[in-house]
Amino acid sequence: MFGAALIVFRESFEAALLIGILAAAMKNVPGRNRWLAIGIAGGTIGAFIVAGLTDVIANAAGGAGQELFRASILGFAVLMLAWHNIWMQSHGAELARHAKRVGADVSAGTRAMSSVALLAGIAVLREGSETALFLYGIFAGSDSTVLNLIGGGTTGLVAGVVVGFAVYAGLIKIPMRLFFAVIGALLMFLAAGLASQMARFLIQADVLPPLASPLWDTSWLLTDNSIVGATMHILVGYDSQPTGTQVLFYVATLVGIKVATTIVKRKHQRMFSGTRKFA
Amino acid sequence: MIMILIHHPEIHTRVIMKRQHWLAVLCISLAIGSVSTASAADPEFIIVIKNHVFTPSEVRIPANTKVKLIVDNQDATAEEFESKDLKREKVIPAMSKGTISVGPLKAGKYSFFGEFHEKTARGAVIVE
Repeated sequence: MFGAALIVFRESFEAALLIGILAAAMKNVPGRNRWLAIGIAGGTIGAFIVAGLTDVIANAAGGAGQELFRASILGFAVLMLAWHNIWMQSHGAELARHAKRVGADVSAGTRAMSSVALLAGIAVLREGSETALFLYGIFAGSDSTVLNLIGGGTTGLVAGVVVGFAVYAGLIKIPMRLFFAVIGALLMFLAAGLASQMARFLIQADVLPPLASPLWDTSWLLTDNSIVGATMHILVGYDSQPTGTQVLFYVATLVGIKVATTIVKRKHQRMFSGTRKFA
Repeated sequence: MIMILIHHPEIHTRVIMKRQHWLAVLCISLAIGSVSTASAADPEFIIVIKNHVFTPSEVRIPANTKVKLIVDNQDATAEEFESKDLKREKVIPAMSKGTISVGPLKAGKYSFFGEFHEKTARGAVIVE
């Protein structure tokens, strides 16, 4: 039972962190909870489908199917996070000042919220499919009873959700003038970390070379196995011994989002003042 | 629709904005885009999983060489081959094999485990 609780916690922790940050980012947008719920429900269904198709996925693309599948999902999440961050940064001022008006702007709100739903769904899908496989393995293979399994799984899930809520509760306390800068930075580093993980899967599948392996080693300072190291891995993509390719993906994502956000923000501000003249 | 776009500056602005977002996303996707290499003849090392135990539990591979680990799961349930040291994770479905590209690595001991059966499924790659 403890084993089941631990593994379910470990998987749900990661999804819960992301969902907590997303929920905080959209705290002023009406209908947020409905969209998050849609994303989580969709992700859960998707997780069972992916778990059921494990064999098919693993054998696809000459045995590299799983890596390519995971890398694609991560790549998609990076793009969604990038888009979301750009949107949030350019609408941040309006979100803060006229929360209700932005909420009333149905099309912009729907677009942003469907990206949030997708991101939440992807997070659940990524972590959930492994959890489903693991629980099925215990269920099919060992002497552990169903009751034990459900008890352990639920304990782990609840613990994960509590972490998600704690993150959310902490983030929404950030003062408004810092709020979008902090959330934006969090999402940007999160995206970079996912891009680095994506590189890892492409290296594992032998699609990309590792380049320098490792580029540096900070395991003397903080190991990947420690609680702090694992949390930093999820939040900012910490890796004690990254390969050159991972660092390349990481930096490219950071720079890409930063540059794109700056350009869009500047254009948005120019147009915003232009619109005022018309009005 | 076009009439509205022309006559209503605020909506016009918003439509352009949408295009800007996707342009920005496209730039990023190009930036993290593709470089690809493939190698055929990396040395291969087989690790068998049976009764949730790895055999051999220690795999010796040469230093500074890229190799392929072939994990052969002969159990009736899936296992996840995971190594924090090697930075590898791969689900190996029941009764099937999975290939994992590893290295080049410097000499040392890199432990791995089966995430679904952590108590029994333990092993290490010895690089020498």
